[in-house]
Amino acid sequence: MTRTSLATPSAGRHRGLWGLVVAIMMAASTIASGVEVDPAVLEAQQARIDAIRRVTPAAVSIFAGDSGGGSGVLLTRDGYAATNFHVVQAAGPAVTCGLADGRLYDAALVGIDPTGDLAIVKLLGRDDFPVAELADSDRVQIGDECFAIGNPFLLGTDLQPSISAGIVSGVHRYQFPAGTILEYTDCIQVDAAINPGNSGGGLFDAVGRLIGINGRASFEKRGRVNVGAGYAISANQLRNFVGALRSGRICDHATLGATVSTAVDGRVVVADILESSDAWRRGLRYDDEIVSLAGRPVRTVNAFKNVLGILPAEWQVPLVIRRDGRRQDLLVRLHAVHSPAKLAELASGDAAEESRAGSDGPEVPAAVRHVYERRAGFANHHFNVVERERVAAGLAAIRDARPEGPWVLAGQLAAGGEFRIELSDATATIDLPTGTSTLAGEDEFDRQPVPPGSGGLLPALVLWRRLVVEGPAAVGRTIFWGTAPRQPATFAAGAAGELVDVLESAVAGVVARFGVDAAGRVVWIDLWTSPDADPCEVRLTWPEKGTAGGMPLSIEASFGSEPFATFVMDAPASAEASR
Amino acid sequence: MTPCRAAAVLVALLTARVVGAATESSPQFVAASAARSVVKIYGAGGLRGLEAYQSGIILSPDGLIATAMSTVLDSDGIDCVLDDGRRFEATLLGVDPRRELAVLSIDATDLPAAVPAEGRAVAGTRVLAVSNMFGVAVGDERASVQRGVIASVVPLEARRGAADAPYTGTVYVLDFTTNNPGSPGGAIVDSRGLLLGMIGKELRSSTGGIWLNYALPVDELMLGCEALVAGRGVAAPAAAATPFDLGLLGIVLVPDLLDRTPPFVETVLPGSAAARAGLAADDLLIAVGARAVGSHAAAERAVGAIPSGDPVRLSVIRTGTVVDCELGPRPAVAEGRAPQGAAP
Repeated sequence: MTRTSLATPSAGRHRGLWGLVVAIMMAASTIASGVEVDPAVLEAQQARIDAIRRVTPAAVSIFAGDSGGGSGVLLTRDGYAATNFHVVQAAGPAVTCGLADGRLYDAALVGIDPTGDLAIVKLLGRDDFPVAELADSDRVQIGDECFAIGNPFLLGTDLQPSISAGIVSGVHRYQFPAGTILEYTDCIQVDAAINPGNSGGGLFDAVGRLIGINGRASFEKRGRVNVGAGYAISANQLRNFVGALRSGRICDHATLGATVSTAVDGRVVVADILESSDAWRRGLRYDDEIVSLAGRPVRTVNAFKNVLGILPAEWQVPLVIRRDGRRQDLLVRLHAVHSPAKLAELASGDAAEESRAGSDGPEVPAAVRHVYERRAGFANHHFNVVERERVAAGLAAIRDARPEGPWVLAGQLAAGGEFRIELSDATATIDLPTGTSTLAGEDEFDRQPVPPGSGGLLPALVLWRRLVVEGPAAVGRTIFWGTAPRQPATFAAGAAGELVDVLESAVAGVVARFGVDAAGRVVWIDLWTSPDADPCEVRLTWPEKGTAGGMPLSIEASFGSEPFATFVMDAPASAEASR
Repeated sequence: MTPCRAAAVLVALLTARVVGAATESSPQFVAASAARSVVKIYGAGGLRGLEAYQSGIILSPDGLIATAMSTVLDSDGIDCVLDDGRRFEATLLGVDPRRELAVLSIDATDLPAAVPAEGRAVAGTRVLAVSNMFGVAVGDERASVQRGVIASVVPLEARRGAADAPYTGTVYVLDFTTNNPGSPGGAIVDSRGLLLGMIGKELRSSTGGIWLNYALPVDELMLGCEALVAGRGVAAPAAAATPFDLGLLGIVLVPDLLDRTPPFVETVLPGSAAARAGLAADDLLIAVGARAVGSHAAAERAVGAIPSGDPVRLSVIRTGTVVDCELGPRPAVAEGRAPQGAAP
């Protein structure tokens, strides 16, 4: 059996006349026949037509020249659109996109996810593009009405997309990697016709909300045409990855560092586990039963793969296990499935051969040259700078509330006793009931993480201050990493909750990640002094309302599975530090 | 379940056809309920073009399952997986080679049985098709649901490879792609969730050569199942059977050299019961009574399972069509007696 992805190699000639056809059918049913039609039927019909009309403007027909093309769907008014990786894989840095308004737009490749078969492109030239609304795809049920909009067989040469309607045939489907690596996990199966060229286009629910990205179908002996089994990447998977994709990176998928199998009694248990994995360090062991992952129950191996498959590498997620009848709640960090080199190889595919033969890879068309920058590990580094600057602007907007000189944080430890922390550009001091620790400079960041047992709390706070006061450029080599859950522990039923922007800085031998919320506040810091060890984890709690600036209410630090301390600030007025 | 109990259940079921109609009628509810009554069946196969999986319809709460007669069932271990993930080993109760239908039994209770519709559906009826096409659902995952319309109600004119399909009765031809790998044995239900038919094997039109999407209507399905369950031709369990020397009936099969040597007739002894019944060289034995036989050894076991003196009925495939042969009473196995060429 072959399950094949749907890039289309050649262009067609047809015209999509769906609107006219539907209109004629409507007219025929209501006027010409004279048959009484139940008003409810007409209402349902009209609702469907309205839904299709509403979202069709956001449908993108992608033409990638000699390498074929496919479909896409606009997500933001400034032109970010989702599509499949396999649609843009061979296209290089630019594609041409057509919208139903009859216009062609140049678009630049932004980011790719070769494993999950997603990509983001940015259409250029407008800041008022029509967009589709992303739904919660976990609410999709078998039997739901749905419709696909796309460019099957590249018929949309008049830029009018084709619509195919159907129902949801199955949810939470797992599809083994087809041929190469395109693994479809937790996908939505539909009987709406999904043909070659529909790839990357939107799957919508009855009211026109985006529930998935069509990308694959079961094909067999009847040729490469729809046989009633198409598959869409879920909107929730897209939501998890869209931040990482907008970073311009080549994104990777996640592994727990452990494999699972079904025990004789039906439980899903750990069959093998890497001792270098975070899961091992958090206490996961052989034969532990997996109860739930990322808030979703795990009853089969497929369910485990489904949950894991929609999560980006390096997210932290809750894992519930049972051992000897006792339930344990863990919070684990997921690892990347591929090495960076392997990922780059997957990303380039056939193009790798060409770039080895040539010198600099494919030619960059003039239309996208101003929004394209080649860099290792990135599909397009330009957009990383764009996103980093966006986050920097958010941080800068509330900078006035933070003093430029040394910061003094003082208050009570939750465990009792007073603390005082003073932070400067590269030095810091912390007074605790147990004694005073000093960070003398950058060269000590990774050498002896202070205070002892914290895993590097002072370097983390020093870098936080530098990020806030001077911006990302001052911290070190800083990239926009993507997005991650604000509170990983609160995953519910697979929904990640609020996602925050993540900046990653490499400086003086340490790597730090900062979670920055929409108000420009740093809500968490993870700092690694060694890549294979646990990070120092710092969680900052902010007033829910009130001024955006100021200082956090409290700071919680932990290292490995051990809490280090919780620092409760004195009243904000006194935390307004001064020399 | 014993055949007698099974028959009683089925009779009760048939007389109460309209009672269990779904009370709730949202498409999502109907689709989900219909999918619950479809099981995933795993058996023999896995070779190129021959899937080792198909679908089945739960006919009774205590474990009768209808499915398509196919090579998937040529296995010592047929497994049925319910939509709650429970896996059962199934017993093949019997096959109806004309309708290409088989009935399995699993040892379970309180199953969500399909409720058959009354009478035959007409062209234009909106239907859902439920099957484990392409084997996409495993474990506790639900079978796939598709939506479409019965395009016509016509006699089947179809072939598989070069051979004509044995069933030439009425089928529902569907306007959507229902007959995919893994689909055979799946259900066609109406908008209330009542069972209208069973998805047949993958066949091509004998006239146009195109792949057909069709289903066996529920009346044919239930007639076939009733006959099988009522014990008409139902054989005793294979385990109890002692291999029977088919030469006693005048049949010489091709030598049993492989694991599953196909039971082709090599020669028929002149003047034997087989010869009188019209059996001929190159016939392929496919069923003994209602038991499908996929191999030389299975054929000998199946005949051995017929009580001595009971009639022997064989179904063979001859130039693409199923031919039934009545060989009269099964002879007793006499010690040291040579295969006989003449009538007893």
